[in-house]
This record gives sequence, C-alpha cells and structure tokens, in this order.
Amino acid sequence: MEKIAISATDLTKIYGERAALSHGNFVVPEGSICGFVGPNGSGKTTTIRMLLGLIKPSGGTATVLGESISHPEKYLPYVGAMIEGPAFYPALSGRENLKVLAELGGFPLSRVDQLLEKVDLADRGGSKFKTYSLGMKQRLGIAAALLPNPKLLILDEPTNGLDPSGIQEVRGIIRDLADSGTTVFVSSHILSELEVICEYLVMLREGKVIFSGRTQELLSGQKPMIIAKPEYDVDLTNLAKKLEDSGFSISIDDGTLQIDAAQEASAAINRLAFEAGITLASISVVLPTLEETFFEMTGDNK
Amino acid sequence: MIRVVIAELRKLRRPTLLLGTIATVGGLSALFTSIIFLMIDSENGNGERGERISAAELSNSMGLVYGFKLVGVFLGIVALCIFASQTAQEYSLGTLRNLLVRQPSRMKLLAGKFIAMKIFALVMVLFAGALSVAISFALAGRAKVDTSSWSSSGAMQLLFENTLNIFISTLCFGALGMILGLLLRSPISAIAVGVLWSLILENILGALIKSTAKWLPGANFQNIGGGGSLDLSYKHSLTISAFYLIVGGSLAAILFKRRDVAN
Repeated sequence: MEKIAISATDLTKIYGERAALSHGNFVVPEGSICGFVGPNGSGKTTTIRMLLGLIKPSGGTATVLGESISHPEKYLPYVGAMIEGPAFYPALSGRENLKVLAELGGFPLSRVDQLLEKVDLADRGGSKFKTYSLGMKQRLGIAAALLPNPKLLILDEPTNGLDPSGIQEVRGIIRDLADSGTTVFVSSHILSELEVICEYLVMLREGKVIFSGRTQELLSGQKPMIIAKPEYDVDLTNLAKKLEDSGFSISIDDGTLQIDAAQEASAAINRLAFEAGITLASISVVLPTLEETFFEMTGDNK
Repeated sequence: MIRVVIAELRKLRRPTLLLGTIATVGGLSALFTSIIFLMIDSENGNGERGERISAAELSNSMGLVYGFKLVGVFLGIVALCIFASQTAQEYSLGTLRNLLVRQPSRMKLLAGKFIAMKIFALVMVLFAGALSVAISFALAGRAKVDTSSWSSSGAMQLLFENTLNIFISTLCFGALGMILGLLLRSPISAIAVGVLWSLILENILGALIKSTAKWLPGANFQNIGGGGSLDLSYKHSLTISAFYLIVGGSLAAILFKRRDVAN
C-alpha cells in the first residue's frame, strides 16, 4: 500500500465570509514530487500554512508524515519549508540567518556551509541578506528549507525571481531530493514549470480542490489534438471541409488545422489530404499541456 | 528552550544592534554622570529636574551611584525600543513563520526570546553602571569630591541594590515594549506608542490629575529604578508593575499563541 506524506480531509479555512480553502481533500504519496497548482489567490499558501501549523483550520483535518496538524511539533523536525518567498533578517548575513534557524531547530551548524555550497551561495554567505538579489534570496530560502535534511519538503513558489539557470538548478535540487526518498510538495502558479517535474498534482481553484492524483492520469484523460498544415494556405478550407465530411471535428488557427483526434487518426488524415490532392507540409500530435488542461477543467480562458 | 535563547542571542549580538546600543547607553551614561560632577557648582543644578547635589553629598557612599541612577530611566526607554522592535519585526519581516516551523511551541519561543532579551538588557545595564562608576572616579578629583567612602561595603551594597533596581526597571520597560510589539506587530507603532506613553502622555496625565501618577505603569517602572520615593513606595511600584505586566503579558501571550501567522 502506498504510504502517504500528506493527507487532507475536508480541510477548510474561512476568513469572514470568504473560504480560502473549502473542504479540501487530497493526498500526497511519500517519496513523490507533488505539484500544488492554482492561480494566485486560490488558497495554496493558506493550505501550506495550515499544514505547517501556522494557521488553524476552520474545519476538517489533515495529517503530515502520519501526525495530525494539531500537533506540528511531532512532524516539523522532519519538514523543511519555504513559505511565500524567503523571509530573513536583512542586517544578518546569509550564513548567520541560516545559523539562527539551525540553532533554533537543533541542527548541526556544519550543515550551514554545506547548504550554502549546495545552493551556490558559498562565496556570498558572509554578505548581508539585504544585499542579495531576488534569486539569491530565493536560494537562501531553499537552503533554509533543507536544514533539517527533510523527509518532506514544502516549497511555496520556489522559482519566483530565478533566472532560467536558477530554475533549472532548483529543479535539479528537487529531483535529487526526490531520488533520495524525500517527498516534495511544491506550489506554483506557473503550471508549465510543474508539468516538467511533478508526478502528482493537487489542483486548486477558488479555494476548492479540483484534481488530486497522478499528473499522467490527468493529462491522459484529456483529448490529444492533431495539427496539420497544408503546403499552400489556399488548401486550408478545402482540407477542413474534406475532414469535416469524414467526421472529424476541426478548427482553423493561425494557418493550421486543429483536429480533435488521437495519434491513430494521423494516417487517415494524411490519406484524405492526399486523395484531395493536398500536400501536407506538417502533421503532428499535440497532447494538451497542464495549463490547457487546467483551463479546460476550470472553464477559464487565459 | 535553550536553543531559542541561543538563536535569539545570535540575532541580538549583530554589530549594528549591539554596538549601536552600547554606543547609546555609553553615551547616556557618560553624559549624565559627567553632568553631576562637571556642573556641581551650577545654579541650574546638576541632578534630576534641577536638583543640586553638592560635593559633600557626592562624597558619601551614595555618591558612586548618582550618575547611574539618573541614566536608569533612559536605559528603560532603550530597552523598550529594543524589545519592541525585536518582537514586532518578526511579524513585519515575515520571519516569524520560519521561527515557528523550527520551534512550533509558541510559548517556548516567546519565553526564549524574553530570556535572551533579558540577558541583553543585563549586559546593557552592567555596561552603563560600570561606565558611570569609572567616570565618577575619573571626575571626582576635579569636582573636589572625596571618594574614600565609595569603596566601603556600604557603597558596594548600594551599588548592587541600585544595579538590581535599574535592571528590574529596565526589564519592566522592556517587557512593556515586548507586549506592545506582540499586540501591534509593527516595530514603528510599538516603539512610538511605548515612548510616547512613557515619556509624554504619562507626564501630562500625572500633571493634570495628580492622583493618577501612582497608578501609571511608566511612573512605577521608573520608581523601581530609583529604589522608591517618598510619594511612591518601592513595594507599591513593584506590585503595580507586576499587575500591569502579568495582565498585559497574559493578553499578549494568549494572542501570540492563538493568532494565525498569515504574513
């Protein structure tokens, strides 16, 4: 049986009239990289704060590493977290900031330099936090989250402010941790970022969990699309009519035909084009992205 | 708990805060002690509120601590500012969430923070006292003050008692700052309210309605530092101060324990 790192049952947080999270039910399997997806204001950070014992739920329950969130002292020593961006003391150096947290958590101070090395801040560890760039601050936040050598790592928008190589590095760190058995629960509003690394997903929209499960399960449930482009634009409408007559559902976008069909239909489409005397310049199968799937599920447009 | 204290001390010993505080406290201690000895013959007085302290008075065993006693109330205000800012900044910087993830027991965190700040305040008071004593000895000759009784056991006893009183008074002001920091969650607001109340509003209120003075927190904290006065006994001030701090501290602690950390 799959072991569970995080489990939420009807988890709810209400502020006044507004439900930041309403009856949230989801699980995060141990050892997985699980993406926590949703637009800004959908309740991701509130949920993470409840899981870390910073906010008391208005209703429902949750467990983290098998312990109830009403006793965070039982699981937090094994949890690393970066919540809503890095927050440190501006007048202390990066190294001193990490030492404050290491001492507080009872972790060996020797880990501080190892982690500064890991996040590529070894040469700037002695500089004051207030002199750091956004990317450096973010990397220091990740280092702080790694202090306990966590069984569960919770990262809230970890790539905010990072350049492409920084994003790549964070992905590398997350993958390495997952390979060593750490469960990673990572939130982002940039869906394409999570699609690349997450095997599991929890999707939120307006405080409601709209999906919780394997990424593949979510994407495979969506219809693939075949994109065909005739050699000459004048053939576009002819080919569209021919395919529609053969029962395909078609739309034309930016000089291409978008056909709702699986990969197996590619040969038939190619044949129909050939029979109509139309040469295809390209034909390809496109699976919907996580972003497209999200918008389809929520009925939102970009 | 000890881990919280050590972590907190690491923050408090940062050069900008530590050296800034030492410079402020040292400057105040040097200023007030010097005034007593250098203005000994001034018609405007050399003590608190224009009081004239003669060379004869300074020559007795109490002479060693006059300067230190004068600076006492300002040490309290410095402590109020430090305790308030160190507490409220955890909210304004957003660092409280990091601290609570590493130390989920909010009461342990609060207690550890208070103990660390007590240690910081003790260092501050001892430094101000030592500097005041050193300056007193250095300027006594110039002011023609006989220092022979300053080394007596009675003088040492007085020095110890006054240090303890000033330390308790400083802690009371500091605790008030911490309570304000927890309630207001903004360093600027907490310091402004604390300083404005202690230095200005209480004095206005006390001047307008004399009977209120003995019930106001700042006046009582200050009176502890002075070892009590004719109008206000030491015991009364200790009792009133304890009442304020227990009520205020309990309210702040309950809020700290229950309040969501949403920033």
